[in-house]
Amino acid sequence: RGGMLAAVLLLLTAAGPGPGPVPVRAGRDALREELLLSPLPDGDVAATFQFRTRWDADLQRGAVSHYRLFPKALGQLVAALGVRELHLALTQGFWRTRVWGQPPLQAPAGAELWVWFQPTVTDVDKAWEELSNILSGIFCASLNFIDSTNTVTPTASFKPLGLANGTDHHLLRYAVLPREVVCTENLTPWKKLLPCGSKAGLAVLLKAERLFHSSYHSQAVHIRPICRDASCLAVSWELRQTLTVVFDTFSSGQGKKGKLGSSALWSLSVHSTSLSLPLTLLPTDWSLFKMFSRTLTDACPLASQSKVYVDISPKNKEKELLEVTPPPASVHEAIVQGDKRTYAVYDLLSPSLFNTSRSLNVQLKWKRPQDSSDLPTPILHAQRYVSGYGLQTGEISTLIYNTHPYRAFPVVLLETVPWYLRLYVHTLTIITKGKENKPSYIHYQPAQDRRRPHLLEMLIQLPANSVTKITIQFERALLKWTEYTPDPNHGFYVSSSVLSALVPSVIAMKDVDVDVEQSSLFTSLFPSSDGSSYFVRLYTEPLLVNLPTPDFSMPYNVICLTCTVVAVCYGSFYNLLTRTFHVEEPSRGGLAKRLANIIRKFRGVPPL
Amino acid sequence: MAASLPAAGRVRAAAALLLGCCGAALASGVQDQAEQFFRSGHTNNWAVLVCTSRFWFNYRHVANTLSVYRSVKRLGIPDSHIVLMLADDMACNPRNPKPATVFSHKNMELNVYGDDVEVDYRSYEVTVENFLRVLTGRIPPSTPRSKRLLSDDRSNILIYMTGHGGNGFLKFQDSEEITNVELADAFEQMWQKRRYNELLFIIDTCQGASMYERFYSPNIMALASSQVGEDSLSHQPDLGIGVHLMDRYTFYVLEFLEEIHPASQTNMNDLFQVCPKSLCVSTPGHRTDLFQRDPQNVLITDFFGSVRKVEITTETISLDPNLANFERKLPKDELATEPLKYAEQLPVAQIIHQKPKQKDWHPPGGFILGLWALIIMVFFKTYGIKHMKHIF
Repeated sequence: RGGMLAAVLLLLTAAGPGPGPVPVRAGRDALREELLLSPLPDGDVAATFQFRTRWDADLQRGAVSHYRLFPKALGQLVAALGVRELHLALTQGFWRTRVWGQPPLQAPAGAELWVWFQPTVTDVDKAWEELSNILSGIFCASLNFIDSTNTVTPTASFKPLGLANGTDHHLLRYAVLPREVVCTENLTPWKKLLPCGSKAGLAVLLKAERLFHSSYHSQAVHIRPICRDASCLAVSWELRQTLTVVFDTFSSGQGKKGKLGSSALWSLSVHSTSLSLPLTLLPTDWSLFKMFSRTLTDACPLASQSKVYVDISPKNKEKELLEVTPPPASVHEAIVQGDKRTYAVYDLLSPSLFNTSRSLNVQLKWKRPQDSSDLPTPILHAQRYVSGYGLQTGEISTLIYNTHPYRAFPVVLLETVPWYLRLYVHTLTIITKGKENKPSYIHYQPAQDRRRPHLLEMLIQLPANSVTKITIQFERALLKWTEYTPDPNHGFYVSSSVLSALVPSVIAMKDVDVDVEQSSLFTSLFPSSDGSSYFVRLYTEPLLVNLPTPDFSMPYNVICLTCTVVAVCYGSFYNLLTRTFHVEEPSRGGLAKRLANIIRKFRGVPPL
Repeated sequence: MAASLPAAGRVRAAAALLLGCCGAALASGVQDQAEQFFRSGHTNNWAVLVCTSRFWFNYRHVANTLSVYRSVKRLGIPDSHIVLMLADDMACNPRNPKPATVFSHKNMELNVYGDDVEVDYRSYEVTVENFLRVLTGRIPPSTPRSKRLLSDDRSNILIYMTGHGGNGFLKFQDSEEITNVELADAFEQMWQKRRYNELLFIIDTCQGASMYERFYSPNIMALASSQVGEDSLSHQPDLGIGVHLMDRYTFYVLEFLEEIHPASQTNMNDLFQVCPKSLCVSTPGHRTDLFQRDPQNVLITDFFGSVRKVEITTETISLDPNLANFERKLPKDELATEPLKYAEQLPVAQIIHQKPKQKDWHPPGGFILGLWALIIMVFFKTYGIKHMKHIF
């Protein structure tokens, strides 16, 4: 037996791979986990977890049957349905770009699913339907409600994030369920897909009671093919599971209160960009224990890299704003979204980290109070609202802000509106700085009742330092009474619009010779091609619109009334037509006879 | 010697017979136990737990269902064998002061939602149609496995329903009802397809006993929280959360189940005694006439737990030696001839010059064809058929 083994090994090493050297790694899959803590301008803290499994195997060809770190449920899905890229995000809350800055990876409220299929798939719609059903079983979400009434095929947005051989947009499908609730039952299967589960490594911090008591909670799964190495001749599959949560200072009730009263602190965090008074206040201190009610004790044994990054960038290039304890082993600098940022790094795999104490509890202390003028405005942010009165018409307005002082850049706006809001495209107006702004590209696909939603995609140039307002009017349709949800008075949701832009950055983005494998995960989300700008995808707020709702007790009332009327009318006519009269002898007799006659009359029998 | 053997043999045989008799007496005791062990006749357990009420003030119905879910999981039924249907989300409801929790006792003592919950049917998916499809097994082929009731003829199924009900019906999500006749027919379909071995039906609604009046399939035992004409009452409100947390009947059933562990021998008669009128205000009822075994012999864990029958063997099994080499053969990767590249995220030039998608040509529909046929007919009627050669 040993001889057989040795012979096989010899054969393997002697045969060697084909043209070009391909490094054969033991196990062929690797896990990297990372936690990024970034204090936000208004005192809240955002924590982004990323778990990235990379597998050097070709899932599309050949029968891959041995799954180690890559979860089998997702691997089989990709192989069986011909999926090239899959992005599923479940989000609760809204990322306030104006107050918190550009998000690393934003997702709209509810459930969002977009998938690129392989060119070999013949019936993309059928594969899409099967995919959404399978995912609804895996993630305990009602993704089976994704059908043709909320699926669109964007033509300019959502280009593939992984390796692509051509971008025929007929292979892309995008759907959003804005009404989807995210709770522990979605987190549980998400955690079970991790190689270490929630038992070791960074995932021990993921406790539902703390994660859902937050302003923003977004968990996502991204699967895409990536280059295996610098020469990019072979394909590896990457699975990224990301979880972003923003803890709110006040609702979670943790941490020290600032020097001013809590009401003043509250007004600061809501209107932080519009206040101009110099405020001396100390935001609350944060620590891992206060955020997650847990601390880190070890790294996941299956991970090849396990790091915690804390954003300690000085805001105004002055002395530091933030003090981190325990002191970090190293400091990492990176250019993220056009900004040079400094990170304190804790490597959980290095033996020196847990020497002094068994657990790692990173604490952030603010050194000096934050000035309200410090708060940076993001270069691109947007807002959307619905206006109008009554239940017949309305208007959707989108405001896009470009706060860059001198650079203009284009932005692609994708709007998906359900069929029961009938858009009037002739009322579409785009106004920038008082003048009309004609988009360079418009793709509009009108809705078909009960079959397809509206799709509006526009490429708009945003001049420097401007506000662009896009308005379109709509009319509300009457639904059939069986199409209403059980709680129709809540309203109907319009999913968020998507803004994709290449925002120009001041600092050159791409560092020369940075190996993707060595750089941190949060900088390698989007494949950067050009050094002068970075790609950003923003989502606006979802809208809640009331449709004219009938009184659902009316069918019962109508049936009762109609039946009564019919019975009375028909009954009367029947009696008139068929009743005969005959003379009756007056009944004489004793009491008994009279009583007996009464009883006989009731029985319908002729009297005595 | 040959002659003495038969005598000795006879003595030995007699002794053996005697021993055999005592052994038989002992063995019959053991055999009784063994018979008891195998008497229930089921090999797997399933649970279908349904909460049918929507809106925040019906928090207690979700808490009811989750407390049964919790007990059932604790006693061993895995998530893959539980179909949990919750009509509304209470844990992450914006009105919940403690998100991701659902409490069953006031002062927030017991969080029945837990950290490891898997809800199969959520929110708008909890409809009468889906419920009946789950029970009868007639589901669309694309339904994932976790949403199916894959029971067979050796499964014991626990069905728990809670919500608002009346005499003969149970309300689903404030918009539709299921009647006791439909439910009885669904169980009959299950029986005819042999989808259950024994079935325990528990219902906690007002006038719950009306729901089991119409059952006619064998092997069903039913419990209800109140008789016809009575209302099931809720237990206690929590002033911090602001709503009633549990219904009385399920509260006492939960207390009873908390004392059960996978090896307990408590039987169904004890479950019938849970929540007497003094505690519950309503009179719980039960129905056992369709059930073949005596409730005295039915263990609680027959339905609420998943007791696996394990056979311990001391034999060694040798694995195929060729299996060890199977993993070593890694498939050779196909390499591309030229390097692959990532797509541009916002290719402005390409977008602007994108050709508009050619609309697929569809043949004209019936209306257009009819209209044209009418026009042509009128034309030829007016001008006569002899003009046709001038047209064509």
